Amino acid sequence: MVIRLAGDSGDGIQLTGTEFTRAVALGGSDIATFPDIPAEIRAPAGSLAGVSGFQLQFSSQEIFTAGDAPDALVAMNPAALRTNLPDLPKGGLLIVDSGTFRKKSLAMAGYEVSPLEDGSLEDYRLVDIDISKNVQATQKGSGLSTKEIQRTRNFYALGVLFWLYGRPPETEVESIERKFGKRPAIAEGNVRSFRAGYHFGETCELFDASYRVPSAQLAPGTYRNITGNEATALGLVVASQLADQHLFYASYPITPASDVLHSLSNHRRYGLTTFQAEDEIAAVTSAIGASFGGSIGVTGTSGPGFALKQEGIGLAVMAELPLVVLNVQRAGPSTGLPTKAEQADLNQALSGRNSESPVVVLAPRTPADCFDMAIEAVRISVRHMCPVVFLSDGSLASGSEAWKLPDPETFEPIEVRYRSDPEGFMPYLRDEETLARPWAIPGTPGLEHRIGGLEKEDRTGNVSYDPLNHEHMVRMRQAKVDRVADYVPAAEVEGDDAGQLLFVGWGGTYGAIHQAVRVLRNQGHRVGHLHLRFLNPFPHGIAEILSRFERVLVPELNRGQLRDLLRARFLVDAHGLNKIQGRPFKVCEVVEAGQARLSGPSAREVSL
Amino acid sequence: MSRGAVGNGAPVLTKKDFESDQAVRWCPGCGDYAILAQLQKVMPELGIPKQNIVFISGIGCSSRFPYYMDTFGFHTIHGRAPALATGLKVSRPELSVWVVTGDGDGLSIGGNHLIHALRRNVDLKILLFNNQTYGLTKGQFSPTSTTGTRTKSSPLGTVDRPFSVLSLALGAGATFVARTIDTEIQHLQGLIREMAEHPGSAFLEIYQNCPVLNDGVWESLKDRHVKADHLLTLEDGQPLVYGKESDRILRLDTKRMRLVPGRRGEQDGLVEVAHDRSAPDPALALMLASLAMPEFPAPIGVLRAVREPTFDSLTRAQEARDREESGPGSLRELLEAGSTWTVS
Ligand code: SF4
Repeated sequence: MVIRLAGDSGDGIQLTGTEFTRAVALGGSDIATFPDIPAEIRAPAGSLAGVSGFQLQFSSQEIFTAGDAPDALVAMNPAALRTNLPDLPKGGLLIVDSGTFRKKSLAMAGYEVSPLEDGSLEDYRLVDIDISKNVQATQKGSGLSTKEIQRTRNFYALGVLFWLYGRPPETEVESIERKFGKRPAIAEGNVRSFRAGYHFGETCELFDASYRVPSAQLAPGTYRNITGNEATALGLVVASQLADQHLFYASYPITPASDVLHSLSNHRRYGLTTFQAEDEIAAVTSAIGASFGGSIGVTGTSGPGFALKQEGIGLAVMAELPLVVLNVQRAGPSTGLPTKAEQADLNQALSGRNSESPVVVLAPRTPADCFDMAIEAVRISVRHMCPVVFLSDGSLASGSEAWKLPDPETFEPIEVRYRSDPEGFMPYLRDEETLARPWAIPGTPGLEHRIGGLEKEDRTGNVSYDPLNHEHMVRMRQAKVDRVADYVPAAEVEGDDAGQLLFVGWGGTYGAIHQAVRVLRNQGHRVGHLHLRFLNPFPHGIAEILSRFERVLVPELNRGQLRDLLRARFLVDAHGLNKIQGRPFKVCEVVEAGQARLSGPSAREVSL
Repeated sequence: MSRGAVGNGAPVLTKKDFESDQAVRWCPGCGDYAILAQLQKVMPELGIPKQNIVFISGIGCSSRFPYYMDTFGFHTIHGRAPALATGLKVSRPELSVWVVTGDGDGLSIGGNHLIHALRRNVDLKILLFNNQTYGLTKGQFSPTSTTGTRTKSSPLGTVDRPFSVLSLALGAGATFVARTIDTEIQHLQGLIREMAEHPGSAFLEIYQNCPVLNDGVWESLKDRHVKADHLLTLEDGQPLVYGKESDRILRLDTKRMRLVPGRRGEQDGLVEVAHDRSAPDPALALMLASLAMPEFPAPIGVLRAVREPTFDSLTRAQEARDREESGPGSLRELLEAGSTWTVS
């Protein structure tokens, strides 16, 4: 079941969506959400630019995406209807607040005649409720102003949804009271409207039947609903606990990464410092300063801020210090589409710095995976003394899924080794296995030494202009990063492990590809799915897997950055499925591309 | 480290302990040598364990500094030293963190970091070597070059107006602001000691001569014969007196609220003011900071020194308080926050 809520950005759509998600999750359904937030916080009310959306898929089956097309659409005003109706399949349930369909708002949405009156919605199961009027009636004598009353419309809609999908209203009443506890009159108003919506559903004969979604067959355990950004923040806190080290998180506010800063700022008691820096460059360099001092230095940003940090990352490459850089990718060059998702910073992460400047690059594949990968990022960074770039994206960051809470007992500690022995100490003398240099932190007697961005002489770390030393060090820094492959799981293919078609993906496209592979296999095709969580270095075993399939298709939300990399590295005839619309893949898009590729010539046939 | 020990068992350090094994690569005659020597001399006297001293720099001639100090050091990237040092100091409050920068590094490419470090009152000791030129890139004008300066990048003369460096620091809210000259060795030493003792951002502008690319810009302040007439050495609680015969004075024109040079003892309605470096209001310090040569003497010494809580200590205290109030927290507590549900 896929539901999309849409309304003006002032209508509280995100809150309504989150509350409803919680309710269905508590009911035992598996969930996945995708918020679609306008970039302008205060776009004119009722305008097309100001439409905010929230899509939720829930099911008794395990699910992997927030769904392709909604089964039900709630449109709180004409603009929301206009922008979202094209996605609603014919026959879908359409709930609108008819009270907002007045001359001015219709005109703002570009309607000459109200779509409620011209028969254009005939193909949908239309339920028009004058929510605006109903909340006014409900709140008579409440003492709230008209404006305050109108702001409870979202709770009315939520009440309707609760009834429609058989959720017990009492939990929500409690939640509203908790949320608005400081403003009892508003809490009361919201509860009244929520109840009114619920009763409307109950008493009104408009709905033929309400939907009961049975509980999902999820593995036993305790679950919570989690977004990628929250999971990232929690992963960092846990990593710092596992390493038993202070974590320093520096960030400059930027959409859609700021939530990581907000979330971590609430967990300071776990021994971490959050620093809202004066700019992106200060954020990365202060994190490097913290790492130099022995803390776990982390900085977080999105694409444009990542570009600003690149010189700093280069310094950490040269100084060979741990550093974790979160890039919650967003769409487009320059300011682009700040609230939309894309995965087009892979090239920037791999080679956006001057000269040969290798870093480890990894990418979580689902919102909950952000937790595991944040821990891995810290682990790799301190073990190998190098920067690690963590490529999340806007859809992972604000999308959510049901997360089975891991057992803290099973976490593997992160080993931190500071050098303390002055005997034989040299700042760039390497560990034979990892090739990492020692982490020698200020405050350690006898280890006084200088590091910096100038080329280093191997072992001593002294400034060196020697040509052969430079080449040696360039290759050494690369070799050190390459060695990380020995410490991460080998590539593993899901679905068929040999056959006609292999999908190779990375990052937040996992759910859509995974689901598409299921569909194609059910249709009788032999299809595999390789999803790369480590992009530099590549895990071992990729060449082997590629060789077992006749065709390779790489779906990406960019122009083909991973595809090009695979072609260059493995000389494989990889084709791309590339979407650059600021939106995630729909499962059907991946399925169709897979079918097209399956009926085309295989790589083997072409090469014959 | 030299051996010997004082009563408390801590090794006695000397200047030699702070000299690294790296050959110093500044041009002969560069003012940086004198500054380096004074730091190496004063450091052992500060009572700070050597391993707790860190020098951080950006890029430029002055930023080579950490390589020559046998302490922990980090030669970072252009302009970013105050930001990097902030991360270090907040993470490790027990360290004594010194930032070495120049007029290009600290005021041009790194201006933003400098003002924010000062605004926050991070406990950093910031030495800004001002030679009014870009030395490492061979002599372009800098943000402190006087208008009309002719360089390779400004053959027709600059039209830029220079920064008033100390006004900038004061405007950013710095709690310790001082100035000296590379050749005023004793004065420089005294200020280094004061900086080390000041809790919070301590900012010192050092007029430094670059004999190779911009020789003599501070000559009137260095020439033995004339310098007394151009240097106003600030003394706390004393009137603003200068001149070879200590016969000149800056007094306040209270109508126009500005300092006016004149002769001591003149009866002309101007008000004599005593320097007060710890005044909560930075008004006098700002007046002193904006005095421009040659009409006015150049003040050296401490313009302002006030006590405010430091950013690093406040930050870490917040964490400690949070831990006290809400408990240290367990991983389970962390993971289970929010609404959870159980599937059996
Ligand atoms: S160029 Fe000037 S500032 Fe730089 S080292 Fe030479 S003399 Fe000193």
